[in-house]
Amino acid sequence: MSAEIAPEELLIATVADMLDGLRHVAVGAQSPIPGSAALLARARSGGSLRVSMLGSEAHSPFTDGGRELFDCAAQGRIDAFFLGGGQIDGQANINLVGIGDYPDTKVRFPGSFGSAYLYLLVPRVILFREEHTARVLVPKVDFISAPGVSDEDVLRTGGPYALVTGRCVFDFDAAARRFRLASVHPGHDTDEIREHTGFDYDVPDVVPETPVPDAATLALLRGRVADEVAETYPAFAARVFAAAAA
Amino acid sequence: MSELFTSVEDLAERIPNGAKVALAPDYSGCSMVTTRALVARGARDLHLIGVPSVGFQGDMLIGAGCVATLETAAVTLDEYGPAPRFMAAVKAGTLKVIDGTCPAIHAGLQAAEKGIPFMPVRGIVGSDLLKHRDDWTIGTDPFGEQDGPLVLVKAIRPDVTLIHVPLADRHGNAWIGVRREMMVMAHAARETFVTADEIYDGDLLADEQLAPGTIPGLYVSALAKATNGAWPVGLFGRYGPDDAHLRDYLERARTDAGFAGWLDEFVYAPKAAE
Repeated sequence: MSAEIAPEELLIATVADMLDGLRHVAVGAQSPIPGSAALLARARSGGSLRVSMLGSEAHSPFTDGGRELFDCAAQGRIDAFFLGGGQIDGQANINLVGIGDYPDTKVRFPGSFGSAYLYLLVPRVILFREEHTARVLVPKVDFISAPGVSDEDVLRTGGPYALVTGRCVFDFDAAARRFRLASVHPGHDTDEIREHTGFDYDVPDVVPETPVPDAATLALLRGRVADEVAETYPAFAARVFAAAAA
Repeated sequence: MSELFTSVEDLAERIPNGAKVALAPDYSGCSMVTTRALVARGARDLHLIGVPSVGFQGDMLIGAGCVATLETAAVTLDEYGPAPRFMAAVKAGTLKVIDGTCPAIHAGLQAAEKGIPFMPVRGIVGSDLLKHRDDWTIGTDPFGEQDGPLVLVKAIRPDVTLIHVPLADRHGNAWIGVRREMMVMAHAARETFVTADEIYDGDLLADEQLAPGTIPGLYVSALAKATNGAWPVGLFGRYGPDDAHLRDYLERARTDAGFAGWLDEFVYAPKAAE
């Protein structure tokens, strides 16, 4: 096994650490890294973690059509979910609709999907966006597909837990309505992160390096998890894990 | 019962210009064969409803100029990337997009299937989506069990639900398995048109294992047999997407001329690819 750890493997292990101890994690379509993280967390949960992957015939437990995931979430049956964003701002608002003055968007994104709903209802929403640039991480999103924080009178059982990017991890402090730098990935530094982040955030006195996965985690990831991921994301699994194991 | 059966072309004729048409996402049951027939007959001003999203099916109809309004939670080609004709239409300002969110679309259809005017939906409060929807409003729980704002979405009553299924029988029963968003769509719409890969020799409702996943014929206005009718997207449990064709489509649909060439080859030249 190679000592080299692929950047994707670091991200998978980092996200998986946020899922340990949960009962049910759902993963949206086209999310190979969050999906891999969920399967890794399941592999080491001893069978206690249920993973529901949309777009996967093998890992979808639903029999009542497209609405069932949402009904599950409203009942508190889903502990964690992943959202991204064409833009994400410092209050954890996400924009999946477009850049510019809606509806006259200059750049159009695919649309809000279920974000406007799930963000308010799933307790641990992990924001994941590999691209960490000032273009994506902006002071204020042009369109709020789903709000990071809500007024006190709004019934809200869920919300942002962390933001994981290709450079670092931010925690979200809901009371302060701000992100806080939690760890910096190996090979990156705090100045670089400040330079490439469009929103303001808090930095503690000591910022740890994001821990790299240990040998046991890597073995699990490149073995059992790689096989399971390949079912839904064959190209991703071949590219990341085959290269790492070579 | 056999009068339920017709041709794909006739199904396309019976979806009038301006109709509100509910469509399933690409991974569910898309009647791509009728989609091409709609383009071929020159359908105009359709109001598409993605339940809850559209993909290649929506992109092709938009590109061919069949669509005035698109009501959806997203336009997604999944791993294939951005939808080229949708993007072009947004840029040109020729498409009205009614942006929604998946559970609100499901809830609007559920209201329609129950014959009630609206349905409360959790979440959504604080989303800019609300500002642009005159068919969503804020209410409160009349029983006082939940404090604070509650989003109410107006019933969504499609004129037509158009789907493709693996199996249908001569009574108009259509088997959808666990893809039950199509059940809600059929309940909610005034008319449902179905194409089926295969005709089941018997009564789907008489088989206890198949009946729970079957749309009863009472909701189905007409159907046509269309082997491989979901091509080039896949059909659950039967066949996957035609990857080579979809990649070729994406390449060609980047430009107006390229897309016109694709239409000539696969829509206007009959049966070229089937």
